[in-house]
Amino acid sequence: MHRFLRAYPTESKLLAVLLILCAGLSIASPDFLTLVNFTSLLNNNAVNVIWAVGLLVVLIAGGIDISFAVAASVVQYLCVYALVAIGGGNWAIGFLFAGGFGLALGLINAFLIHQFRIISIVVTISTFNAFFGLLMFFSSGRFLYNLPSWWSNRVILWEYQTANGTWAELILPVLVMAICMAATWILIRRTTTGRQLYAFGDNPEGARRAGIPIGLMQAIAFGWCGMMAGIGGLMQAHITKEVIPNALVGRELEVLAAVVLGGARLGGGRGSVLGCFLGVLLVAITQNGLNLLGVSPYAFKMVVGIIILLAISTSNLDPAKWFAKGGKV
Amino acid sequence: MPADAPPVDALRFSGIAKIFGGVKALDDVSFTVGAGEVHCLAGENGCGKSTLIKIVTGVYQPEPGARMQIFGQDYAQISPTQARKAGIAVIWQDLALFAEMTVAENIAFETMLGNRPRGVSYSRLRTAAASALARLDVDLDLDARLGDLPIAQRQIVAIARALVSDARLIFMDEPTASLTQSETDALLSVVRTLSARGVAVVFVSHRLAEVLEISSRVTVLRDGKLVGVYPTEGMTQSRLTELMTGSSFAQDVMARDPTGSDVLRVDDLSRAGEYEGVSFTLRGGEVLGLTGLIGAGRTELCHTLFGMTPADRGRISLNGRELNLSSNRDAVAEGIAYVSEDRLALGLIQPQSISDNTVLAVLRRITGGVGLLSGQKQEATVAHWMAELAVKIGKPADAVSTLSGGNQQRVVLAKWLATQPKVLLLDCPTVGVDVGARAGIFRIVRQLAEKGLAILLVSDEVPEVYMNADRVLHMAGGRIVAEWDPRRTGLSEMEAAVYA
Ligand SMILES: Nc1ncnc2c1ncn2[C@@H]1O[C@H](COP(=O)(O)OP(=O)(O)OP(=O)(O)O)[C@@H](O)[C@H]1O
Ligand SMILES: [Mg+2]
Repeated sequence: MHRFLRAYPTESKLLAVLLILCAGLSIASPDFLTLVNFTSLLNNNAVNVIWAVGLLVVLIAGGIDISFAVAASVVQYLCVYALVAIGGGNWAIGFLFAGGFGLALGLINAFLIHQFRIISIVVTISTFNAFFGLLMFFSSGRFLYNLPSWWSNRVILWEYQTANGTWAELILPVLVMAICMAATWILIRRTTTGRQLYAFGDNPEGARRAGIPIGLMQAIAFGWCGMMAGIGGLMQAHITKEVIPNALVGRELEVLAAVVLGGARLGGGRGSVLGCFLGVLLVAITQNGLNLLGVSPYAFKMVVGIIILLAISTSNLDPAKWFAKGGKV
Repeated sequence: MPADAPPVDALRFSGIAKIFGGVKALDDVSFTVGAGEVHCLAGENGCGKSTLIKIVTGVYQPEPGARMQIFGQDYAQISPTQARKAGIAVIWQDLALFAEMTVAENIAFETMLGNRPRGVSYSRLRTAAASALARLDVDLDLDARLGDLPIAQRQIVAIARALVSDARLIFMDEPTASLTQSETDALLSVVRTLSARGVAVVFVSHRLAEVLEISSRVTVLRDGKLVGVYPTEGMTQSRLTELMTGSSFAQDVMARDPTGSDVLRVDDLSRAGEYEGVSFTLRGGEVLGLTGLIGAGRTELCHTLFGMTPADRGRISLNGRELNLSSNRDAVAEGIAYVSEDRLALGLIQPQSISDNTVLAVLRRITGGVGLLSGQKQEATVAHWMAELAVKIGKPADAVSTLSGGNQQRVVLAKWLATQPKVLLLDCPTVGVDVGARAGIFRIVRQLAEKGLAILLVSDEVPEVYMNADRVLHMAGGRIVAEWDPRRTGLSEMEAAVYA
């Protein structure tokens, strides 16, 4: 326990805050601590978590990606056209296309950053605009409803009728979220490549001197983020059953905030999958709670903003110290 | 290879040149290291030692015309990965460690390299790290975040990292700069063991006694040019200094009786776990030495005097008035300046320019009429201090990180002297500074004292305080245990007490 607190100070703090928040909301609203509410929280936030773990890898490597949400929209359009062109496809082909297109868009970012030595925020703001402009131009802002039926038919993994007759269910995106989290965890914690990503984000010059290939690191980080963006896009369209060109713009900042809340550092070298999950959940549960309490939705963003400020301003409190025996750790 | 053939040299480099923005950092240098040899690389700050190491290890590419051979194999070009595969490991002068990673991961970082992804075994990592630390005979918490360690322990991590790999040639760029005597001794004995096992070591240090003790040959550079390669057998410190600088420095004990009145008075100052019941007075024009082993509480005491940490008990007064410092801002406003021992983290903002770093603490003084920064005043201030301290720089606009280690230390000094302080706290001001420059820095310290400044000189090198201070305090276990006058107490007596 002490070891966990030490290795994951931010995550432990976040978990504590989350538990307190949940306890408070369960007392304040009878609808909060219900199976239905929790499953729908998971269903509604699975896509954000998928994007968050993708973005996490970029942040760990010391970069930032503003373009991934728009990239997800581009992937949705490309997938619809490509799937229609091959006669419909199935889930396997859908994942392949979504992941592949997303990877390609991510690699464009990596290429620009590495080849021209431009910082990632500038590159991804440019590609954000380029992707979005091209998408609006070629789609003329039209919605697409002609999704193949395997894609738009809701896949329910598990359901359960509660005592008062309402249904609690978990849908496909939750499973995909779990797989993406596991894959990202293995990549960053369990492979040498992942540890090189941390090292590169932490001290690029030190990493270079150790012979870590810088270009490859950028490609892996932004490629992974792009792939997660594509898969998230596929899941998003599965939930909404339609593709709208400007539906995802703006989501990048929401996800970025959650990832930073979860302990990733904008300077690189720090962050965890658990932190991403908790960060997304904290924002979601706060909004959920405000909703249940009947607070105006216009206040949500303000409250979320305050939470982020509080989290960042207390980020140098170290919970490991509170539990350490005899003062200094 | 037949058993009686002579072993191949670890390195044979010749015709090495490197130009940075038109300035020749290295000019036609040859460098040869025998197998299993301990070879020293000596020269003043900025003479090109670190640059030479970076060329050998593929971090920089030399100008065309270089001939490079590592363990008998010729290379047209070297990359860091090739150098590592050829069996070269480096302890970098700036450490090049990863602050967010744990001690274990930093030490065993080598095991995580390579382009093909592999699984990471944290238990293997810890075992490798622990055994490297055991060879150095030190005990560090393997799970601590590296960025939380003090500089001396980070240095040890960097050393241990070079021992993890099965290197046949290890470069050590000023590995002892922030180590205490006992840690240095442990390192030197590791170097001897390595050498006996056939591992060649290239050792860089500005502590000439160490250089002569450990190495069999020394290559001397001056201003990027090769002066020569000399056997250390029969070499003396003064001869080596002469080779490095082209002139000689004789030094006498500088102590005299200060004439000024009491400036800084510390009464019964204590802070739990750091120092206990510290009292002393520091007079204007006095250089007060403070020595002791690392961990004796010297740096912690300085931090309190500079307002960075509050004392639990006791009083600090300046010119008879009690001070209540709640931050280092207050301390600067009162005329206290602090030159930190940890130049990489605390002293300088590495990516910013030399000029901006120099004026960082005096921004208010260089403003023009409407309160905006005046470029002219900044330029004048910077030019004045660069000349005063003889800092070897290209342009004031260059990033501080491009300076050699010793010149960075002078920029730190310039930054604080520009604040025109009344009390100057110097915490190991000569870490990584060459002999010539040390003499220069102490000459400046003396001049400042003569102008009436009260100076506290902290150092873990007893000869340094012995030579340069008027009075010496010995701190051990957080307490001041002795006070000496260098004119009455000999160096060997002091050393015996401190290193006991
Ligand atoms: N990346 C760089 N860009 C520009 N100039 C550089 C760079 N690296 C080194 N130099 C210059 O090259 C010269 C040699 O520097 P180097 O770091 O090799 O000195 P050094 O012998 O290691 O000195 P020290 O003992 O102070 O560490 C210095 O004048 C330095 O300013
Ligand atoms: Mg150097």
